[in-house]
Parts: sequence; C-alpha cells; structure tokens
Amino acid sequence: MPNENKSTNLPRILVVDDEAAIQRFLGTALDTGEFSLHQAETGHAALAAAVALKPEVILLDLGLPDMDGVEVIRRIREWSQVPIIVLSVREREDDKVQALDAGADDYLTKPFGVGELLARIRVALRRSLQQAPEPVYRIDELEVDLGRRRVLVRNAEVQLTPTEYDLLRLLVTHAGKVLTHGQILKQIWGTAYVEQPHVLRVNISNLRHKIEQDPSRPRYILTEPGVGYRLRAVS
Amino acid sequence: MTNNGDDKRPSPEALLKLAQAEEQEEGRGKLKIFLGYAPGVGKTFAMLEEAWQRKLDERDVVAAYVESHGRFETDSLLAGLEITPKKQIEYMGVTLPEMDLDAVLARKPQIALVDELAHTNAPGLRHEKRWQDVEEILSAGIDVYTTVNIQHFESLNDTVAQITGVKVRETVPDRLLDVAAEIKLVDLPPDDLLQRLHEGKVYIPQQAAVAMKKFFKPGNLIALRELSMRKAAARVDEQMRAYMETRSIAGPWPAAEQLLVCVSGSPYSEKLIRTTRRLADDMKAHWHTVYIETPGGSRHLRENRERVWRDMRLAETLGAHVATVTATSVPHAVIDYAVKHNITKIVVGKPTKPRWQEFLRQPLVDQLIRLSGQIDVYVVSLETVEKKPEPARARPKHEAPWPEYLKSVALVAAATVVCELVFRFLTPTNLVMIYLLAVVLAATRLGRKAATLTAFLSVLAFDFFFVPPRFTFAVADTEYFLTFIALFTVGVVISTLVSQSRERAETIRGREVQTASLYYLSRDLAAAPDVKGILDAIVRNIGESLEAKVAVLLPEGDRLETKAASADVSLHAKELAVADWAFRNRQPAGRGTETLVSADLLYLPLQTPPNVLGILGVQLKDEAGYKSPEIRRLLSAFASQATLAIERVQLVKQAEQAQLLQAREGLERALLNSISHDLRTPLVSITGSLGTLRDKAYKLTPESRRELLDTAWEEAERLNRFVGNLLDMTRLEAGALKLKREPCDVQDLAGCALAALDQRIGTRKVDVLLPDDLPLVRMDMVLMTQVLVNLLDNALKYSPPERNIEMSARVENGTLSLEVADHGPGVPEADLKRIFDKFYRIPVPEGAGGTGLGLAICKGIVEAHHGKIRAENRTGGGLRVIVSLPVK
Repeated sequence: MPNENKSTNLPRILVVDDEAAIQRFLGTALDTGEFSLHQAETGHAALAAAVALKPEVILLDLGLPDMDGVEVIRRIREWSQVPIIVLSVREREDDKVQALDAGADDYLTKPFGVGELLARIRVALRRSLQQAPEPVYRIDELEVDLGRRRVLVRNAEVQLTPTEYDLLRLLVTHAGKVLTHGQILKQIWGTAYVEQPHVLRVNISNLRHKIEQDPSRPRYILTEPGVGYRLRAVS
Repeated sequence: MTNNGDDKRPSPEALLKLAQAEEQEEGRGKLKIFLGYAPGVGKTFAMLEEAWQRKLDERDVVAAYVESHGRFETDSLLAGLEITPKKQIEYMGVTLPEMDLDAVLARKPQIALVDELAHTNAPGLRHEKRWQDVEEILSAGIDVYTTVNIQHFESLNDTVAQITGVKVRETVPDRLLDVAAEIKLVDLPPDDLLQRLHEGKVYIPQQAAVAMKKFFKPGNLIALRELSMRKAAARVDEQMRAYMETRSIAGPWPAAEQLLVCVSGSPYSEKLIRTTRRLADDMKAHWHTVYIETPGGSRHLRENRERVWRDMRLAETLGAHVATVTATSVPHAVIDYAVKHNITKIVVGKPTKPRWQEFLRQPLVDQLIRLSGQIDVYVVSLETVEKKPEPARARPKHEAPWPEYLKSVALVAAATVVCELVFRFLTPTNLVMIYLLAVVLAATRLGRKAATLTAFLSVLAFDFFFVPPRFTFAVADTEYFLTFIALFTVGVVISTLVSQSRERAETIRGREVQTASLYYLSRDLAAAPDVKGILDAIVRNIGESLEAKVAVLLPEGDRLETKAASADVSLHAKELAVADWAFRNRQPAGRGTETLVSADLLYLPLQTPPNVLGILGVQLKDEAGYKSPEIRRLLSAFASQATLAIERVQLVKQAEQAQLLQAREGLERALLNSISHDLRTPLVSITGSLGTLRDKAYKLTPESRRELLDTAWEEAERLNRFVGNLLDMTRLEAGALKLKREPCDVQDLAGCALAALDQRIGTRKVDVLLPDDLPLVRMDMVLMTQVLVNLLDNALKYSPPERNIEMSARVENGTLSLEVADHGPGVPEADLKRIFDKFYRIPVPEGAGGTGLGLAICKGIVEAHHGKIRAENRTGGGLRVIVSLPVK
C-alpha cells in the first residue's frame, strides 16, 4: 500500500475489512498524505494489530469472517479508548445501537461518501488527540462555556434547566460522536430510565427550541433516527 | 359382430379393475393363507417350510407369532428363524402370550409369519382380533404368511355349525380370503388326521377338548375337507376368470348380478345374510342388505334394534352394501330399492308363520313375488335354524311393567267405584262406557299390555259387580256375553291403536330431533367462516344433541392435534394414539368399536373418498349409546356433515392460495422486469462513464471528465436508493418488519426527513407547518422518517423546481395527520388509489422516475402502524398525500 511505512508520525489508521475491493478503494481514497494506513482482514488480525500498532483510529467492518465486529469492539474496549468508526452494510438501527453501545464512536452505513468518511475520521482523530475537552465549544452562533456553565446563542445568554444543561454538556463533551439513547439516558437520568426514551425526547425538543434557529431543521443537535443524537463537531 | 378385432379387447372396466387391484397391492404387503380343514393337518408346518424356502431365497423372514405346541417337527423348523419375542399379557391372573404387533412393525421384515389368523387377542391389546393385527402389518408393506382353518370364515360359520354341531366363535371376515394374494390348501386325508390325533400329535386346547371330540368325527372331517377344497377351488376359478378377462379370452361371462337381502331383526336374518353372501360369491355378484323401517313397526324396531344393528354390521363385514330405508310398505320399499339399484335377484326366507296367519296377512314372499316383475326372487329355507333366538338376551329388555299393572288395577277399581255411584241411574250396559273410558286411559298412559289387562279386568269387574246376579261371576242374561266380548275386543283394539299411534309419534319425534340437530349443525356449519368456526360448531352441536363430550382432531404436520373440544375433554397420549390409529387406518377406533376398545372416546375418521381430514372423538353419556344404530347413524351423519364443511373451507383456502400464487407470480414478473430495468440502467451509465474515463482519460477535457464522474456518481446513488427500496419492500412483505414504537417528537421526525434529503432539496423551498403543542406520538421513528422521505422525494421529483413543497402536521380527534403537498401535475383521479400499488409509476416526460416502490413502502409502513394513507388532488393543481396515525 502506498504510504504504509512512509512516516511514523502521521496518525495511524487501521482498516479492518475482508473485502479486497473495499480495502483497495479505502487505500486510494484515504491516500491524502494525512494518515498512515494499515490493514487487517480478520477479527483476530485486527485485535493483534490494535495491540502492536496502537492506531489512532480504527475503521471496522462488522461482517468479518472469523468473529463478529461487535465482539472486536468489545475486546478492544477492554483496554483501549481508541476511536472506532464502524463501516457496515448493516443498516438496521438495532445493529448500529449494538455497535455504539459496545463502544464504537461512529457508524457509517455502506455505501458512504468519501468526503463524509474523511470528516468523521478527522473528528475522531481530534477527539483522540486532545484528551481533555475544550472548555469552550463554539459552532456557528452557538457557544457553550463549560467552565462557566454558560450557553450563548447569537451572543445572548440562554436559560437552560439543569437537566437541559447536563444534556448539552454531555453532547458537547462528545461533540461529533453519536450517543445512543441508552447511553444518554444512563448518563443523565441513571440506569432506571434507560427504557423511558420520551424523557429524553422532550428534553431534546425543549433544548432545540432554545438553541436552534428552526427546531424542525436542527443545525446543532442532529438526530440519528432510531439510534441517538450527535452534536455537530466543530469543523 | 362385424368388427371382431375390437370387441375381444378387454373392456375398460376390466382393465381399470385390474389397475386398481395392482395399485392397491403396491405398498401393501401380500397375504398368503395356509388353509386347512381342521387342526392338525399341518398348516403351521407347511407355512414354516415355505418360510425356509423364502429364507434361502435371501428374503428377510421373521416369525412374528408361531405356536409350535411343543411339536417336534414344528420346533425344529422354527429353530433358525428369527423370532419376534412374544408380548406377555397379564389377564385375570393368567399370563397370555400374544404377538407384539409394534415390535413386528418396528422390525419391518419382508415376510412375517403369523400363526392362527382367527385368534382372539387378550383384552388390552390394540385390536380385538389377530386378523386386524395382520391387516395392519400388511398395510405397513410387510408380506404375511398365516394359517387358518376353513370353519373360521364368517360366511361358512353356520354351515360348519350345521355339519359339526360346534359353533365357532372366532371368525375371520371372508374379505381376507379375497384379498389374499395366494391361498395354499394344506390337505391331509381324514384317516391320516385321525391317526395323528390318536398318536397325540394334534394339539387340542384343554377347555375345548369335549367340543373337539365331537368335531373329529370322520363324517365331519370329510365334509369340512370338501368345504375347504371347494373354497380353494372357487378361488382358483376366480383367478382364472380374472386372467381370462384381462387377456381378452372370451367366455360366458354372466352380466353383473346384484343381489338383495332384507333384514328384519328376525333370528333368521343372520342365516339369510350368510346365504346371500355365498350366493353372491358363487355368482360373482355385488350384494345389498337393506333394512326397511316402517313407522308402525317401531315397536318391532325397539325389540329388535340390537339384532338389526348386528345383522347390518355382519352384512357389512361380509361385503354388502348396507342401507336403511323408511317406508310404510315393506314389499313396495324393497322393490323400489331393487329397481333403483339394478338388483337382479332378491333373496327371501321361506315363511315360518302358521298357515292360518296367511289368511289375515299375505306373507312378504308372496307380496314380493307379485310385485317383483323382472327381478328373480330366491326363496331360502330357514327351517334348519334352531328356534331359540337368544332368549336370555331378549327377556331382560322387557321386564314386566309391574307398576303399570298395578295402575291398571287401580284404574279398574276407580271405574268400579264410579259405576257404583251412578249404578242407580244407568242401565248396566251403559256402565260399560265407564270401563271403556278406563281402558282408553290405560292405553294412552300405561301402554299396550297394561291396557289389555285393564280391558280384561274391566270385563271381570263388570261381570262381578254389576251384572245380575251381582257379586258373582254368574250371568243371568246370556246377552251380557256379547257385552263382555265387545268390551274386551274394543278395549284391546283401542289399546293397540292408541299405543301404536303413540309409538309412531315417538318415532317421529325421535326422527324430528335427529333432523333438527342435523339441521342446526348444517346451519351453523354453513355460517362458520373458517375452520375454527366449523370446529366450534361441530363440538357445540354434537355435544348438545347427544349430550356427549366431543373433540375434533386435525393433522398438524405429521401428527394429530386437538383443535377443538368440549370444556372438560383433554386427550392424553394414549387417547391421541388411538385417534392416530383411526386416522392412519381410516377406520373407527376406540370405545364401541373392535379396535383399541379401552379408549375413553370413540374416534371416527372424517373422511372424503381420497383422504382423511381429521378425527371426530365422541364420549357418549351412557355405554349403550355406542351400540345404538340410531346414534351411530346420527354420528356418521354428523361426521360427514363436518367433513364436508371442513373440506369446503380447505378448498376455499386452496383456491385463495392459488389465486394468491397467481397474483404473486404477476408481481414477481413485474418485480423482475423492474429489477432488470432499474438495476441495469444505472449500471449502464456507471460502467459507460467509468470505462470512458479509464480508457480515454487523456483525450478528455476536464469538463467532460467532470461530467462523466458526476453521471457515474448520481447513477450509483440512484442504484443505492433502488436497492434500499427493494430491501425495505422485501422486509415489509416477508413480515420481518418489527415496529419499534416509541414516543416520538413529530418535529424531530420532520427534521430527520429533511436532513436525509438535504442534498436533494438543495435550494428548493420546503414549508414546514408544525403547531408547537404537538404531543409525542408513538411510532417507529426510523420507518416513519422513511415514509416522509419517500413522500418528500416524490414531491421533489414530480413538481416543478420553482414551486415550493408543503409539509404539515396536526392532531385532531386522536389522530395525527401528516401531509406532504406539492404543486405538480397531480394524478388522474382514477389512479389515486393505485399509486400505492407496487410498481405503479406515473408516466413522467423525463422518464427517470422512481422505483415504483416508494409509495407502496409508505403504505406498508403506515398500515403496520394501524394508520391510513391516501392521496388527493389539490384544487389548483398538485398532489396532497395524507398520512393519518392513531395517537394513542
């Protein structure tokens, strides 16, 4: 592969997929000079490479010949927080939720646009490189100052209820990453609420009314139907 | 006969018969009978010898049940054959060895040896008789070699009894002799047999020793030997005829004869039936047995009901067509039946009544002969039958009605008291009227016998108390004798008439009840829309009209399952096994039958000629019901009604399935067309563009390169959309769609749909009209997003780019309405409904269009939510699609 061993200080990306055509296409598409690419074709090879290589980002197909991709995520999550972006033809929301709950950071359904994939990789890399989140999140007209617990829209402070603020803060600290309903409910309301998604929907709706210009076309808090929510990443 | 080449060919009927026989033989085992005329002629030995021959031919032979009785020759032949272990049955403290039928069936040899075909099994075994076991083995495809003596055959039973004076109780239906592939006559001259008997080489069971001694007389043996030889010869003759018939050998074939015999419940009926069967055998004729039920004869019926029923069953086992006809006149009904069924000969018994009775009533024989016309009447002698028609059985049914007699005495006493009171005012002859009144009362209330007694007592009382000289039986005036005779005669006649009419009314009422219950069943069955309704109707109706517990079992996969049953019926494994047997063997089984009698229920197969649909299980209130011909007849009427109804529903279902299949085929064709078109078209553009880029990249301007790339990209996206739609549709149709309904924010829903179409919308304007106070609505967010996406996509596709699209939602009367409206050309009114059909496409000039699946998917999803989707044209142009979902 073109730049597999070119430079060691480029961020290492591990591509796990058993389809030669996909590997070839990704090899070309990601050959932008930004990354150093590595490949694995089986789950076990991926686990070994994750240990040996310590990649900055892992692109993972779920349908591997030797083990299920979700299992690969689980095993990696036992010891590493490396961002994992799932690339899969499985488009059912249950599959997505399962992968995300197991610890994947993002999920792209095949076929996907290369631009989209690059954007997601960059977001993941940023989150992987900076350990502590920025105290201030700023995107378009929204500003969230985590240090001061302040939220500004078009420079005007917005009053949020404590729950709404917690929700927004959670999204901000994971900006760009999909958070499943279950994950959010567990973090904000506790395990007992995992089966009560309407609490979350009402709060998201309220939050959108307060920070979005047009709540029916949200620009900040994006819905992943059937899966969860994602706060747009600072590009 | 000019065309002599053709008419020598076997008739189609003859060939069909042969084909049927061969068909029946296929899959069924062959039966070989070793026929003897007495115990000790060497049947078992002959069978074992033959078995060894087969074994040496490498056939798989098993001795399923062979009894050597310790005879050395037999034992030595038996050694070396595989023997199925016998089943030991404990019965009343004795262990009885029996054939282990299931072991034989499980072993499944090619040939099974079963000794003593006429044996009666120990109670508790599946079948009452061994020949039933043999039939089951045969139907499992196993050949059977068996032994039997001639006297055990049903139709010869009474002949043998006549010859030997020994009535054989263990009988075998003649049918078995007919179906046997081969009969081997095992013969031994009577002198040799007697010699063997003296040498103690013949096994005789101890309990039968006395009877057997009577049996083994030279005269008997000679007669029996002749009988068996005749039977075997008849069989050979028949085979030869079959051979000649199928090989076009001309011969003097008699036209198909049809015999008819009537049963009346008289003790002679049995003899008549057996005689007719023999006649029919000799003539190669079909034969019918008919019972004529007359309303006046209902009294007669009640007395003979059991015997009639038994005779009819006997006739059936002997191979007759059996029928019951209700009519007022026996001879007319018989002749009617005969004409209708092309009967050529009627068999009647010689009259046995004293000659003087013939003056009162012409004997049936004479009436039949007078009416018979073309039909021959055979008169059979009955004198040889002993005249004791099971008196022990007949008596207990007619216990003397003592309470009735007492009542009639009381009636006479009361009449006497009344007469005493009015004695002064009336002449004695008018007092007779009061006694007559008592007789009439007795006739209507107490029955015929009591009424006769009343008449008799009345005469005595009248004489004693009122005829001068009073208080003596002496009569002064002889004129009174006329009064006595008149009183008695009128009393008897009245009582007979009244009781007859009462019995007639009872019969009619009984019939009416039966007819009514059949009517109710058929009405309910006709109204039942599905199998479940039918089964419930069967259980309810039969349960009510017979006061019985009912269960209906239908096959599910390869086993029977109780599909409907009365409240307190639950069938255990054992009962199910009995039902299963009845199902597989297409014969009634269980209580009241001859098979698996220990079951709690009687199981009747619900069968149409080609197949068995299920089993009807019935548990009657009292034991007598199982033997009652009326109830059995009613049950079989119920069963055939039920069968027809179930079959009807199943046929309807099959027709529906066929229709569905046809519709599906049409759809599949459309799908294939669509797939080949919709998959190939984008692929053509993609491969074309990419091919050009690969091969001629250097010749292309940057603009055209860009254009080719855009084309490939767009087409790939289109292809992806199409595949996605196909997958959605497949999931919807396969029923694999599981709704994940959660309370959803409608605003969020709209947002998601818009976000998904972000690129396609581009600069186009979409107006979103959502009230702020929309509640959360339970739905599958992902699927409903898909619905909105498809609707918006259509709106984008079919409306001019400069016109805006409107999306709105509102909640009214517990219904959420989502609307997507455009300003396109709309849809022809006639097509408004069809646009939700699969592969329906609006002809659009640009051609591109969609997959024809988008709206069908919407419809599927919305309906899965118990919602509705419809489309309407907007005033002023454009289409509006409205989705309504229940909020709760």
